[in-house]
Amino acid sequence: MSPAVMDNLCAMEFQAQEANPVEGFLRVDRMPHIWCPGCGIGTTVNCFANALLQAKLDLEKVVVVSGIGCTGRVAGYVELDSFHTTHGRAIPFATGLKLADPELTVVVYSGDGDLISIGGNHFIHAARRNVDLKIICVNNFTYGMTGGQVAPTTPVSAIASTTPYGCFEQPFNLPYLAESSGAVYVARWTSYHVRQLAHAMAEAFRKKGFTFIEVLSPCPTLYERRNRLGDGLDMMKYFKDQSVVRNGASTREVGLSFQGPIPVGKFVDIERPTFLELMNQQLGRTLDAEYTGCGEGNVCA
Amino acid sequence: MKADPSGVMTGTHFLDGDQACCEGALAAGCRFSAGYPITPSTEIVERFAQRVPQLGGMFIQMEDELAASIAIQGAVWAGAKAFTVTSGPGFSLMMEHLGYAAMTETPCVIVDVQRGGPSTGLPTLPGQSDMMQARWGSHGDYQVIALCPLSPQECFDLTIEAFNLSERFRVPVLVMMDECVGHMTERVVIPPASEIAVYPRRYTRMKPGEYKPYAAGEEGVPEMARTGRGYHFHITGLTHDEHGYPAMNADAQKKLIGRLIAKIRENTEAIVRYEEKFIEDAEVIVVAYGITARVAERAVQMARERGIAAGLFRPVVVWPFPEKRTRELAGRARAFVVAEMNYGQIALEVERLVAGRAATALVSHAGGAVHHPEEILDAILAFAPRIEATGRRTTLEIEDAAELEAHRPEGFVQ
Repeated sequence: MSPAVMDNLCAMEFQAQEANPVEGFLRVDRMPHIWCPGCGIGTTVNCFANALLQAKLDLEKVVVVSGIGCTGRVAGYVELDSFHTTHGRAIPFATGLKLADPELTVVVYSGDGDLISIGGNHFIHAARRNVDLKIICVNNFTYGMTGGQVAPTTPVSAIASTTPYGCFEQPFNLPYLAESSGAVYVARWTSYHVRQLAHAMAEAFRKKGFTFIEVLSPCPTLYERRNRLGDGLDMMKYFKDQSVVRNGASTREVGLSFQGPIPVGKFVDIERPTFLELMNQQLGRTLDAEYTGCGEGNVCA
Repeated sequence: MKADPSGVMTGTHFLDGDQACCEGALAAGCRFSAGYPITPSTEIVERFAQRVPQLGGMFIQMEDELAASIAIQGAVWAGAKAFTVTSGPGFSLMMEHLGYAAMTETPCVIVDVQRGGPSTGLPTLPGQSDMMQARWGSHGDYQVIALCPLSPQECFDLTIEAFNLSERFRVPVLVMMDECVGHMTERVVIPPASEIAVYPRRYTRMKPGEYKPYAAGEEGVPEMARTGRGYHFHITGLTHDEHGYPAMNADAQKKLIGRLIAKIRENTEAIVRYEEKFIEDAEVIVVAYGITARVAERAVQMARERGIAAGLFRPVVVWPFPEKRTRELAGRARAFVVAEMNYGQIALEVERLVAGRAATALVSHAGGAVHHPEEILDAILAFAPRIEATGRRTTLEIEDAAELEAHRPEGFVQ
């Protein structure tokens, strides 16, 4: 172990005795949370808090918007302005919020079923428009909140309560979907990769435009038990053993299969003007001085 | 508070109802709209998209009505006044977010330019068959406010009032237009901004830490905080306590839903608005709203010309319904004739309130065109059979409901 890592560990231990460094980001009055033992969502929230520290954002201006589902409950546990919206509609709500007050950093934190199934149409359109939203999609391969039904991310052959004989639908390759829809930043990590995940989140928060991070997370209660994959720790071992860092890989090549290899890393990081930048450009050009502008410092209120 | 003059197109104009509605929104201070095209409402946001960039606001065309009806709520929490507009099929898609606005007490306005339904129905022709959907369309118990304009002038006036009521009571407010009113062009007088009252958002003056997002304030309405001001509030469509935190139990449900219902029910008299014509001595009262009220007024005039004491009762605010006034009228009139472009929606409300104290009849219409005044007149005549040859009517000789029933014209559904 290098001296630098030792120093880090010592510092962390010291902090742990003082106070958990992420405690200030959590609504401790709402603990304990609803997530099951072994679930990875809480781990991602820890990474999220660390990312906020790293990115040095003005916390008054950071907003979390969630949809419905296990990950949808994240909004309720973060000590920030937070919205728990309707199923699938976190992105359009966040779109209205961001466009009406561009000074806000709007994070959409939700699950794969919420963002990609019922909310799939909003996902592709917000990416197409390049609305400045930070999407964190926790993918646990199933609908956890409702009891483990098949999801648009369930791998072929996996058992779900509504595919008791095995899933035969092809799942979405989320990074590929995000990139082809127009996302400017696309990464995938798992709840095992806490440092890389926190780093990716911080990077996305500092970037303008529609960013997308997929986080694979265990669902021991429903997905793993039904598929006889062991407990949360076994899934973490799978994430550890089967993950292959492939930064810059073509998203077309990073699809997942049942317990197969997991390409992780940052796949896309490009520049493209945002919805508001393009709107201001177009209207400014057409209306000249008549256009009062909508953007930094100008709230539609 | 008075209107911001920048958005007020003061003067006398020749506008259709859709355009007037847009001007009403701008006068009320609305600077954000998200919409999805649908006939016959689209002209409202087309005009908004053209007008609002010069006023510091924006329009975004969303991917569907689900998105439009929740994007406006995001904008509201960012500090904007916002509305969306639609018609039947889009209105159906917006129902979930009507409930979200009611539950989270997000002030916003939804305009439904009604067309014939169900399903795709008659996209270019009028209907009034979304009236019960406006009241009950989203799941669960909640209250909304709905207004029904009958002219382009009222499309302007009532859109402003819709925004004001939504801010005052923190409820979604529905402007229930119809294709006829939306597409008819008439004189619209837009007063100076100094004469337009605008209800400001109920922002809290409390500090973060003291502030509870869902503690009942004046008139049972909680104060709002704006996103990005350090309040760190939580907003959820789940049943929640005063802190805005989810509370999954019957007591919390009773406290929250009870308040959401009470803030409208207990303030109903402050919200309701109606118009009456020839009502003082009316024995037969025609109840009609929106475009149908204009046809009904003609029918009432024709009845008066025949010496029949007919009157018109027009709810301007349809939800909450003017219950107290309807009950009062039921105590003195002999019959209520409800004319509406559907097979009996507001008629049910009238029947409930009249509660057998007078006869009630419906003059229904499937939609696609307005009633003929004669159809409504026939119903009035059915309840006023005895008229002296001089044309001056005597007291009706029908004394009980059973006898009235016998005089009911065929084909009318009660």
